[in-house]
Amino acid sequence: MCTVERRGRVHLITITGAGEHRLGLPLISALRAAVAAARASPGAGALVLAGEGKYFSNGFDQAWARTVPVHLQVAMSEGFRGLLADLLALPMPTVAAVTGHAAAAGCALALAHDTVVMRSSRGFLYMSEVDAGIKIVDYFAELLRQKVPDAATRRDMLLAGAKMTAAEAVRRGVVDAAADGGVEDVVAAAVAAAEGLAARGWDGEVVAEIRKAMWPAVWGKVKDYGGEAAAARPRL
Amino acid sequence: MASIRSALSSVVSQAAQDGPGAALVTVAEGRFFSNGLDIEWVGTSRTRLAELIDALRPVVADLLALPMPTVAAITGHASAGGFLLALCHDYRVMRADRGVLYMSEVDLGFPLPPYFVALLRAKITAAQALRDVVLRGTRIRAPQAKEMGIVDVVCPGAPETAAEALMLAEQLAARKWDGAVYSSIRISMFPDACMSVGIVQESDEEKARNFASRL
Repeated sequence: MCTVERRGRVHLITITGAGEHRLGLPLISALRAAVAAARASPGAGALVLAGEGKYFSNGFDQAWARTVPVHLQVAMSEGFRGLLADLLALPMPTVAAVTGHAAAAGCALALAHDTVVMRSSRGFLYMSEVDAGIKIVDYFAELLRQKVPDAATRRDMLLAGAKMTAAEAVRRGVVDAAADGGVEDVVAAAVAAAEGLAARGWDGEVVAEIRKAMWPAVWGKVKDYGGEAAAARPRL
Repeated sequence: MASIRSALSSVVSQAAQDGPGAALVTVAEGRFFSNGLDIEWVGTSRTRLAELIDALRPVVADLLALPMPTVAAITGHASAGGFLLALCHDYRVMRADRGVLYMSEVDLGFPLPPYFVALLRAKITAAQALRDVVLRGTRIRAPQAKEMGIVDVVCPGAPETAAEALMLAEQLAARKWDGAVYSSIRISMFPDACMSVGIVQESDEEKARNFASRL
């Protein structure tokens, strides 16, 4: 579901396969394990999350959710919340390489990273909820509020279901940079950006504390679902 | 304000009957979009001022909760409460040839009611723009308002403004968004401003039930 590799100081996670990289519990769990591995990896200085093929991620796996009992549907959404917490608490800079379409939860996942590099030639950011008739829960909305502070841009994304190309996303301050070429070129650009951040030699724990302090509202709404929280929870 | 509420109420009823595919345009006749609360009637009476501030709150709430896209066609001056009314809409189209947006309170010596502040902070997110609006009482014409991110479309005059607003509303209506979902998403974008006018955001459980029902 995802591969993990080291490129210098960068820990690269790639969501594999030619499909939509839908976030069902299996993929979410795999991603959380990969992020935990990055955290534990000695000498890792930065994280990059990328996707293979046409999609970064097209959102929650509703098809999967339809086939499983309610408690697993709940685990899926709680797991995603936990993934966001793990990323926010990660003791190293994070870079999302939006190599293809990023919709709904896939878009939120990208925006949860410190830096976002996006493919110029294809793919868009798309908060599809309004078109799909799905309401947006509080922590999701909080993430968007914090990461897309401009009112008109946030309105266009959430209330108009705008499909934003890399050029427009850069112009409107939603992503940091656009990268030309194919998936591999975008990944390379993201890895280069990540390597530059890793080269700063920051204390990872300090990075995590500063990040959580910068986005306190989001952190507050996801922290109870993260790996740290799980570890700290008393076992009966 | 009562007649605006009544009109909004019938819009909501009509939309409930018709189903998805509605949008609202608010437009005005004459030189003013709205010059705000009737401070002539208020005079020096604090009670009267409080009454009017209280009366505007549910109008704002109705607009923020409206189950359809909303467009303000700013065809004239919009000051204080009138500016606020325009800000309550999802989109703003404004004429360039005359008319200003003006938060006059600082000049007139009125503090801003808390829900005014909440809405201003929710809708005007560029720090310097917000400062210019509330702390400097800047009279803002359409092109500048667009640069400040306050207005979305600038049109030459009043007829073009109204026409453009209607066209935009029709494009939005054609998306046939579920009204309840649209309203819910709008509220989730600025829950503090909504809470300040008495709108209670649905719980995540209620929203999740909606998601489960769509599977």
